[in-house]
Amino acid sequence: MAIRTFIEAIRDGMAEEMRRDWTVIVMGEDVGKKGGVFLATDGLWGEFGDDRVIDTPLTESMIVGASIGAALNGLRPIAEIQFADFIHPAFNQIVSEAARLRYRSNNGFTVPMVIRAPYGGGVHGALYHSQSVEAFFTHVPGLKVVIPSTPYDAKGLLRTAIRDDDPVLFFEHKKMYRSVRGDVPEGEFAVPLGQAVVRRTGRHVTVVAYGLMVHYALEAAERVAEEGIEAEVIDLRTLRPLDRATLLSSVRKTGKCLVAYEDNRFGGYGAEIAAIVAEEAFDYLDGPVSRIAGPDVPGVPYNHALEDWFMLNPAKIADAVRRLAAY
Amino acid sequence: MTVTGQGGDAATSPLAASVGLADADLVAMYRLVALARAVDERMWILNRAGRIPFVISGQGHEGAQVGLTWPLRKGHDWIAPFYRSIATCLTFGMSARDLMLAQYAKAIDPSSGGRQMPGHYGHPSHHLVSVSSPVATQILHAVGIALAARIRGTDQVAVAIMGEGSSNQGDVHEALNFAAIHRLPFVLIVENNGYAISVPSEKQLSVRDVAVRASGYGIPGVIVDGTDVLACYAAGLEAIERARTGGGPTLIEAKVTRLTAHSSDDQQTKYRSEDDLAEGRAHDPLPIFRDQLREADVLTDAIEAELAAEIKALVEDATDFAEAEPDPDPATALDWVFAEHWPGETAPPWHGTAGSHGSAGAGGHG
Ligand SMILES: Cc1ncc(C[n+]2csc(CCOP(=O)(O)OP(=O)(O)O)c2C)c(N)n1
Ligand SMILES: [Mg+2]
Repeated sequence: MAIRTFIEAIRDGMAEEMRRDWTVIVMGEDVGKKGGVFLATDGLWGEFGDDRVIDTPLTESMIVGASIGAALNGLRPIAEIQFADFIHPAFNQIVSEAARLRYRSNNGFTVPMVIRAPYGGGVHGALYHSQSVEAFFTHVPGLKVVIPSTPYDAKGLLRTAIRDDDPVLFFEHKKMYRSVRGDVPEGEFAVPLGQAVVRRTGRHVTVVAYGLMVHYALEAAERVAEEGIEAEVIDLRTLRPLDRATLLSSVRKTGKCLVAYEDNRFGGYGAEIAAIVAEEAFDYLDGPVSRIAGPDVPGVPYNHALEDWFMLNPAKIADAVRRLAAY
Repeated sequence: MTVTGQGGDAATSPLAASVGLADADLVAMYRLVALARAVDERMWILNRAGRIPFVISGQGHEGAQVGLTWPLRKGHDWIAPFYRSIATCLTFGMSARDLMLAQYAKAIDPSSGGRQMPGHYGHPSHHLVSVSSPVATQILHAVGIALAARIRGTDQVAVAIMGEGSSNQGDVHEALNFAAIHRLPFVLIVENNGYAISVPSEKQLSVRDVAVRASGYGIPGVIVDGTDVLACYAAGLEAIERARTGGGPTLIEAKVTRLTAHSSDDQQTKYRSEDDLAEGRAHDPLPIFRDQLREADVLTDAIEAELAAEIKALVEDATDFAEAEPDPDPATALDWVFAEHWPGETAPPWHGTAGSHGSAGAGGHG
């Protein structure tokens, strides 16, 4: 066991897979000599060279579109989008092409690729360096969407994503890169896609979260525990395919469900979780399925007072848990 | 395939020799142009007869399509085609049956199993990338294929094909820039038929020729007469060999004519004058190529009759075969969203709600 930061675990995951499988390549802006703007690919260029660690021009659609082509011709590209905020120029390639190639060719073509992108706020990134974009992509059949919350999961899920034969979007909360550390074992462990995990058990309220919100939900659970409220915290880890079994069995036990997501609320990923719980655990519910999410403004504003207003935090989540627990 | 009949006792007319081919090659190329036309004409008949709801056609483009892609190595090189690429697909190994199965959208349609509209061809083993509807996305796929060929050292060339209207898409710029930076084994073919649906190229392009844009990427841009099959062949050969030998990408613009409406849903007399349409008919590559080959004594009455009979039989067979094939079973419509089944993810919504997929989360092969 070694203690690794979140970003070190991601880097280790890429490096180990690239050592194991020469068809794994990395493409993106500044991923080469510089090692990426967050240093997620630091050292890879030195070890694997120009052919396998490719500094691309500033062309997100190309990064994804050419990765699709490379995947069609025998490689397993990892496409890095520098910030999730800048994934939109590649939206067509992701949604119309990567997601559909297998289906539209009746299994004739497959696109084994990973798209990594740092997302999320709380880092003074303002409107265009803070976005959560998962809802755009979880809506699309044919895409797998992963958002890890621990270094262990980041490495294990990234390994699985690289070996997966379908396109996987891998979103990494940038605030966690250096602030979150944890045990990461040596060796080839993998974390399967489509499996959530119960991070904390409790009887009164289920809090569903992913990414940074898992940490905030755990802190919130700690706070309300002092008041006698036992919150169970589910870390979804993979948003699609969704682990309904873990989600629903928790809600059927607690009878109450709060979904915490950083993205703005309306039409967010948590809305789908709420709908599934309402439809499939109705008989067990003992309070309204609730969401706590970002406000519906077009982006995270910059000034610290405004950013704090936008962002969820443990106190806000704890309040929401208390309100729900009171039913 | 480009050298079949070279040397040996194969007949080589001066015309064939002028492009380094044998007469048998020219006949084979002509056969593909004529076969593509015959399949295409049958598609329209079937559409008008109410047998198939949609047609999008390659008529007028066939000469350029056969000539330009003839020098590729089948099953080795790659093509990312577009919806008019009927002759391209035939040249690269698809059969008349394969194409007709796509028109009828039957279960065994190799392009999509009946999932896509007609015209969205694709064939994994022939290395024809599945066509989608958003134009020009495939240019980047071909560039990525070329990148993988370079990294894997496979000696493959990747070709992408589209129309001149589509050449305005941002993906084309991103693709050419990247391919040129890395001198990838990539060829971009633009089949310029002067229209993007109803909009003439003067309103699509700030320049007359798409090919001049190549200079912005520091790569050769070539204009070729799409009715001159052998000129297309020569241009294709040069670009493909340059790509294969490390000389980087080429943009080839073939001037072609669109002999039909944009699709079966379009009425082109609304926006094209009778003169314009007549001008188009005068640039039909099929009779032009035929006359050229007859003049060179490569095509004789006997050969033409033989080809005509064969093509007629192939089209009949393809139509009957495709018509008789079963439709896809809706029970298969959830297949191949992913490699494996994720029942909770892909269950149809009308399959009920409460508790219906209580155990369907972890997935598994099905
Ligand atoms: C991104 C996108 N926008 C619009 C369309 C609708 N559309 C289909 S074909 C076409 C015209 C394409 O013209 P061109 O590239 O010149 O090819 P041609 O059909 O003339 O061969 C249009 C507008 C589309 N398929 N994709
Ligand atoms: Mg056109």
